[in-house]
Amino acid sequence: MRRLREGDVGSLPVIVGLILIWAVFWFLNPNFLTPRNLTNLATQTAATGTISVGIVLVLLLGEIDLSVGQVSGLCAGIMAVLNVKHGVPAWLAIASAVAAGGAIGLVQGFWFSRLRIPSFVVTLAGLLAWQGALLLVLGSTGTLNLTDNTVDALAGTYLPDWAGWAVGVIVILAFAGSGLLTRRRRRAADLDVGPIGAWLAGLIVLVILVAAALLVLNGYLGVPLALLILLGFAAGFDFLVRRTRFGRYIMAVGGSPEAARRAGISVNGIRVAVFALAGVMAACGGVLAASRLLAVNQSSGGSDLLLNVIAAAVIGGTSLFGGRGSVWSAVTGALVIISISNGMDLLGLPASIKFVITGAVLLAAVTIDGVARHGRQASGKA
Amino acid sequence: MGVATRTPILQLAGISKRFGAVQALADVDFEVYAEEVVGLVGDNGAGKSTLVKTIAGINVADQGTYSFQGKAVHVHGPNDVTKLGVSTVYQDLALCDNLDVVNNLYLGREDSGGLPVLKEEPMEKRARDVLRGLSVKIPHVRTPVAELSGGQRQSVAVARSVMWDAKVVLLDEPTAALGVAQTRQVLDLILRLRERGLGVVVISHNMADVFEVCDRIVVMRLGRRVATFDVKAASREEVVGAITGAEFGKLRASDAPAEDLA
Repeated sequence: MRRLREGDVGSLPVIVGLILIWAVFWFLNPNFLTPRNLTNLATQTAATGTISVGIVLVLLLGEIDLSVGQVSGLCAGIMAVLNVKHGVPAWLAIASAVAAGGAIGLVQGFWFSRLRIPSFVVTLAGLLAWQGALLLVLGSTGTLNLTDNTVDALAGTYLPDWAGWAVGVIVILAFAGSGLLTRRRRRAADLDVGPIGAWLAGLIVLVILVAAALLVLNGYLGVPLALLILLGFAAGFDFLVRRTRFGRYIMAVGGSPEAARRAGISVNGIRVAVFALAGVMAACGGVLAASRLLAVNQSSGGSDLLLNVIAAAVIGGTSLFGGRGSVWSAVTGALVIISISNGMDLLGLPASIKFVITGAVLLAAVTIDGVARHGRQASGKA
Repeated sequence: MGVATRTPILQLAGISKRFGAVQALADVDFEVYAEEVVGLVGDNGAGKSTLVKTIAGINVADQGTYSFQGKAVHVHGPNDVTKLGVSTVYQDLALCDNLDVVNNLYLGREDSGGLPVLKEEPMEKRARDVLRGLSVKIPHVRTPVAELSGGQRQSVAVARSVMWDAKVVLLDEPTAALGVAQTRQVLDLILRLRERGLGVVVISHNMADVFEVCDRIVVMRLGRRVATFDVKAASREEVVGAITGAEFGKLRASDAPAEDLA
C-alpha cells in the first residue's frame, strides 16, 4: 500500500493532467482523439521519451545534461552518414551511433566528476560542440535522406492486431506474475504483504489501460514498434533503478553524495556510468527521431527537443534536485508534452504561442517540484 | 576498577597530528575496553574531532601507534578501520534521506547473492530483526528516512554501524539537537550496545548525558588529553574544570594527565 502511495499515486497528478489536456484538445478539435492522431502522438512520443529516460537517470543523480538534444542529432547524423554515404549495414550504423552516444556521455561524465566542473557547464559546452560536430559530420550535404529499410522500419512498423494483443497479454501476465511472486516471497520471509484488494485494483487499471490503448491503436495501423521500443526501455531502466545494486547507488548518490561515498560507493564511477547511459539513450532517441522523419538534417536534435525531454522528466514527477523520481515519469511526462505540442499543431497555433505555452508548462512543473521540496525541508523531511 | 589489567579492545598511544602550524593532537593516548562507554569531552577546538577522525582512519596520525585487540595495526584509511570492526556515526549521520530504512542499513553492502539484482526480502527481514533487537521503534522499515524523527534517524545510523559486526562504535554528538524523549531513546540504545559487549565512544557537550551513560570520561584540552575520570568517583564540577582549564587543586583523575607525560 505504501508503494501505491509513493509510486502509483506519485504519478497520479500527471495522469489526471494528461486526461484534462486530452479532454481540452478534444473539445477544441474532435480530431485530437482519433485513432490516427493518437497513433501519430505515440510515435512522436517515442523519440522524446527515449531521450528523457536517460535524462531521468541524470536527474535522479541530482545533475543535469543539457547536451542530450544535440547528442541525439549528432548520433543520428553519424548513423545516417555511415549508412547512406558509406553503405554500412543499418544495424552496424545504429550500433556505431549508440556507441558514439555512450562515448560522448563518458567524456562529459568524466569531465564533470573527475575535474569537478558543474555538469550543467560541461554539458552546456557539449550542447554547442556537438551541434558543430553534427554540421561537420553532415558536411556539405546538409540533409541526408534515409532510404534503408531497416532504419525506416524502426518508426514505420506497426504490429498486426493479433501481435498487439499478444504483447498486451504478455505485459499483463508479467505484471501479475511478478506481483504474485513478490507477495509469495514476502510471505515466506514473514514480511507484511499489502492488501490483495489494492494490488488487484492496480492490475485491473493496467488491464483497462492496455485494452484501451490496443483498441485505439488497432483502430488505425496497429501498435507502433517505436512505442514498444520506448516502453521496453522504460521497463528495463525502471528495473535497473529499483531492483539492482547499480540503481540503488544512483538513488543514493542523488540523495546524498557524501553518505554514498562514506558507504563505500564509487560516486564518480556511478556518475560517469549514468552520463554514459544518458548519451546512449540520446543516441537511441536520435535514431528513432531520424527514422520517423526519414532524414537527418542540420537542425536534427535542435530546437525545443532538449527542453521537451527535460520538461517530460520533471512533469512526470522526477525531481530536479536528485534522488526522487521514477523512470516511468519519462513516458508519462513525454506524453503530456507531446500531447500539448500535437494538440496545438492540430489547432494551427503559430510557433510563437506554442513556445510560450510549452515554456509555461515547464515552469509550472519545475515550480511544483521546487515548492514540494521546500515543503519537505520546512517539515524536516528534506 | 580493574580496567588497567584488561587489554583495551582499541588503543592509540602517543598520537600526534599537525595541520600546518596547528598542533591538533599532541602525544595523546586513548583506549576503549569492551563493554564500556567512554565519554570524550572537551571545548571546541580541543582536538576531539581530530582524535575521532584519527581513530576512524580519516586522518592518519603523524606519530603514534594504533592497536586493536592487543595487536598493532597499520591504518591507511577509513576502510582499514571499518574492517577491524570500528565504525563511526558522525553528527550528519550520513544517511540518504530519500532511501528507506532498509536501504540505508544496507547501503554499500546490499545483498544480491553475487548477482546484480537485489534480494529485498532477506534484507528487509534482517533489517527488521536488527532494529527490534536494539528496541529501535520506527513506523516501518520501508519508511523513507526523511520521514523519521531525529532520534529515530540517529538510532538507524547507530543500528547501521553495529549490524556489521562492529566491536567499537564512535558516536559524534549523538544527542545534539534532540528533544528529551528522543535523547532518552538514543541513550537507551547506547546502553544496549554496552550490554552487547561493544566498546562505545561518545563525544558530547552534554554533561548530563555523559554522566548518565558513560563509565569513563576522557577530557581533551588544546590537543592534549588532560584528565580521565571514573564516572562513579567524579563530580560534574571537576570534569567541567578540566575542560575549561580552571583546575582547582589536584585532579582526582584515574590516570595521569597527558601533560605530565609530555
